[in-house]
Amino acid sequence: MTPEEEAEFIRRRKSRNIVLGLVLGFFAVLFYAITFVKMGA
Amino acid sequence: MQSAMTTAKQALPADWRDFFALTKPRVMTLVIFTGLCGLLAAPGTIHPVIGFTAVLCIALGAGGAAVLNQWWEADIDAQMKRTAQRPLPAGRMHRDDARDFGMFLSATSVVVMGLGVGWLAAAILAFSIFYYSVIYTIWLKPRTPQNIVIGGGAGAFPPMIGWVAVTGDVTLMPVLLFAIIFFWTPPHFWALALFVETDYAKAGIPMMPVVHGDGPTRTQIILYTLVLLPIAVAPWYVGGTGVIYGLSALLLSLGFIALAIPVSRRRTDRVDDKMKAEKRLFAYSVFYLFALFAALVADRLLASFGVVA
Repeated sequence: MTPEEEAEFIRRRKSRNIVLGLVLGFFAVLFYAITFVKMGA
Repeated sequence: MQSAMTTAKQALPADWRDFFALTKPRVMTLVIFTGLCGLLAAPGTIHPVIGFTAVLCIALGAGGAAVLNQWWEADIDAQMKRTAQRPLPAGRMHRDDARDFGMFLSATSVVVMGLGVGWLAAAILAFSIFYYSVIYTIWLKPRTPQNIVIGGGAGAFPPMIGWVAVTGDVTLMPVLLFAIIFFWTPPHFWALALFVETDYAKAGIPMMPVVHGDGPTRTQIILYTLVLLPIAVAPWYVGGTGVIYGLSALLLSLGFIALAIPVSRRRTDRVDDKMKAEKRLFAYSVFYLFALFAALVADRLLASFGVVA
């Protein structure tokens, strides 16, 4: 793997991890909200 | 050289935008819209958080099915100009990654729908994913020129799921909403197939225009738009909606028929206008579905506010 490819590899891995983190955070908030709604019902 | 480049591309992890592209975001907008309309038009109330969860799960399920569809059809997509630049045929992603992503999205959508909204809605969602990715994509699409008729069933589930998310049971109204999209899909897709048919022929997909020719396809288009009219008006006829929806459905369906007539009567070998009538019918079919479901929701909201009976 050339230095350019390695840099691209790291860039892609980082952006994927950020998106994955945002998705997981979103689901944590969603489950929290669903739990509250269900408990209140 | 080509394979070396492909190998080099695939050594890199796929970009997150390619994962997003695999979910067919443009198709998903229609799925979200019809699912939301089914949810808003249903009698009863649903907590906004639960309603949001239901629409999210419908979208995730549709995305998962779209990913599995592209995982299975990567070789076919590579042969068609319209689809050759998708992430898999373009070599920007491993097929196994797409398969795993599709399975994950599908499973997540069903489990979250079941736990957060209801298990009947989750069961219908699970069946719709199975229907699109297995019954349609793997089994019937490569085997029969009626593939679009059968595939239409997959796209017809979202408003039914949205409705069931609110009511918790399957009654005549969600079945009618299902039937509307089911009978809308063939004229919508065959109008498209008429002006992109060379691609389907090259990929060996037995689309109606490829197998039976333009003439029978044009006849089928007008027949489906004629059948669609009474089905589109049926929710009003059975008392499920008010006059706003009823008149909208009637006028929109008459417009659909009016545009389908010139498509059904002409033969492409005698005209050279770049398929204007077919393209106009395709564009109208998209407008038709948006307008019909918007009228459904408007009818329901106005009735709930006491503006109309």
